[in-house]
Amino acid sequence: MTASPGAAGRAAEERPRRKHKTGGTAGARTLASTFAGYFVLVFFALVFLYPFVIQIANSLKTEPDAAAHPLSPVPGPLTFAAYERVFLGTDLPLWLGNSVLVTIVLTVGRIFLDSLAGYALARLRFRGRAALFSAIVAVMAVPGVVLFIPKFLVLNQLGLYDSYTALILPVIADAAGVFIMKQFFESIPVSVEEAARIDGAGVFRTFWSVVLPMARPALITLTIISFQSAWNEFPHTLVAVQSPELFTLPRGLADLVSGSLGKGTQYPLKLGGAVLATIPVAVLFVIFQRYFVRGANEGAEKG
Amino acid sequence: MTDTTTGPAAGGPPAEGPGADGADRPRRPRLSAAARESLAGWLFVAPVVVILGLFLLLPILMALWVSLTDWNGQGSPFKPGVPFVGLDNYARLFTEDDLARQDFMTSMRNNIYYVLIVVPAQTVLALGLAVIVNSRLLKGRTFFRAAFFFPSVTSSVAISVVFLFIFANSGAVTGLLALFGIRGPQWFADSRGTLHLLLGALGLVDPNAPPAALTDGGPFGLSWWEWLSGPSVAMTTIIMLVVWTTSGTFMLMFLAALQDIPVTLEEASRLDGAGRWQTFRHVTLPMLKPTLFLVLTLGMIATWQVFDQVYVMSQGDPAKTTLTPAYLSYKTAFRNFEYGPGTAISFVLFVIIVVLALVQRWVLRDRDAAPRPRRRAGKVRA
Repeated sequence: MTASPGAAGRAAEERPRRKHKTGGTAGARTLASTFAGYFVLVFFALVFLYPFVIQIANSLKTEPDAAAHPLSPVPGPLTFAAYERVFLGTDLPLWLGNSVLVTIVLTVGRIFLDSLAGYALARLRFRGRAALFSAIVAVMAVPGVVLFIPKFLVLNQLGLYDSYTALILPVIADAAGVFIMKQFFESIPVSVEEAARIDGAGVFRTFWSVVLPMARPALITLTIISFQSAWNEFPHTLVAVQSPELFTLPRGLADLVSGSLGKGTQYPLKLGGAVLATIPVAVLFVIFQRYFVRGANEGAEKG
Repeated sequence: MTDTTTGPAAGGPPAEGPGADGADRPRRPRLSAAARESLAGWLFVAPVVVILGLFLLLPILMALWVSLTDWNGQGSPFKPGVPFVGLDNYARLFTEDDLARQDFMTSMRNNIYYVLIVVPAQTVLALGLAVIVNSRLLKGRTFFRAAFFFPSVTSSVAISVVFLFIFANSGAVTGLLALFGIRGPQWFADSRGTLHLLLGALGLVDPNAPPAALTDGGPFGLSWWEWLSGPSVAMTTIIMLVVWTTSGTFMLMFLAALQDIPVTLEEASRLDGAGRWQTFRHVTLPMLKPTLFLVLTLGMIATWQVFDQVYVMSQGDPAKTTLTPAYLSYKTAFRNFEYGPGTAISFVLFVIIVVLALVQRWVLRDRDAAPRPRRRAGKVRA
């Protein structure tokens, strides 16, 4: 892992600290600016994180309590009533199951297909490779929202609309993932593969047992961003399915909130659903933070 | 799975091209090493090519056709009975004085204000946070970086639900403002334009009785007064939500760029007697220019696509002041079953975004053309 992912992963690592000039006013000014720096950091940390505190706290409140004290991080009476209703009174368990299924299939599929294509584009010589790569870069620029109706048209035409296939197949290969893998494979020295080939391994065998294991950092990054985007995916589900049995969690939650399924405000219930939709990515984020950072910067790299 | 040629003699040095396939090779006489590599290459990319072609390229072509018709969603859009209307669906958006144009122009106005506020706000916030997080004097930078980035990775739907609650009439923000003695607006029910409110507060114009000069006419079916509304109060909640969620990602981009600036350069400038602000303005900022431009254009491309938040939080209401072209095209097609006009709107949006993307590529072309031994080497060059 030489060139690409390195810099981003190091993002927060310390640079050698130089002592600033000491002495009366300069020292005081440094102190003051350090204090101001912390103040700004803490203030914004609150702004960025407190909504999640509100989300969790209010999902554990009674409805009148949530309405009366929305800001309070402590539930008046602590109650799991909202979660009970979420699991027993709505289709949410079903959506949760669909989300898990779709996310796993999408993640595994993307890793496999993107790294196959990324490897071919990085290493194998075939006619049309350069043109194909340009096409994939062009494809990345196609904005997702303008594809709503078009995707629906194709799914409808192929008779796939409103099925698990419709949820999965159209988004199982993504150009950005191919791009990330290609960049990575290009950073691996060719000599390793040449040795394997001279030993008589075929192209797929070389890829599968020699090159892919070396790509672990890139594979983890790709896994993380695939999981995250598959789990959070919303607009695609709007044009792929319409039966509540096929909803994923974000789709079900959106319907719950926009009123076609739920009545009244019921904020603890809705926030409980939102908590469930947030947890998997949050856990992953805490464990694999640097890979998320890497993924974000790969995104910047591809521009 | 695809190509598992593992025979001991099959490999051969791959770099030698077609001529390498000597006559003495015992097995697989038909394919040279280069041909096999070529075949493997195509097999490797085939799944991705098929899927992207089937669900990206083909849909665009189909939609181009549908945008020229009055297909109502019944049966196939390619059957002979579907009325062909040429460019009417596009013309109606710009020239005909009817509801379709009014809705489209309203959504354009809303989105323009949205872009004008979100893009600078998130860029400045992201840059500011990056500079502070990058400060060498502070501890706990990893934590703060994570805290600012976290909202970007969570589900847009889930977070929209949380903001619905936070900005509800009895919600947290109203409560917070009450602590300071401010009576907050009824966020999601408030369709008043903020620019109208501002003009009213300055005493320039009475929002309840705007001057006839402004209400009488204006381009594209909206009066000047309507064009000058600013984002509605309801839209500002979506603006706040989006700035809050996206700043973290852009902060990371700035952070990565800041770390590529040699520490000695800034220190030299400080030693030369430049103040903190002067150093930032004349040393740091110029080196961040490519990243700044990247963030601005990525921001513009993304803000023209705002959809999830509108769908969950407002569905275009109140009084169509949170309607955006992306949501309008969805609504026109899937709620009103007017697929032709809906698709036409999405193509107009497509053109806007593609132009922005092309501008971005064109300006960043130097960076891509230069060989990059290291990430972002272009920036260190100065």
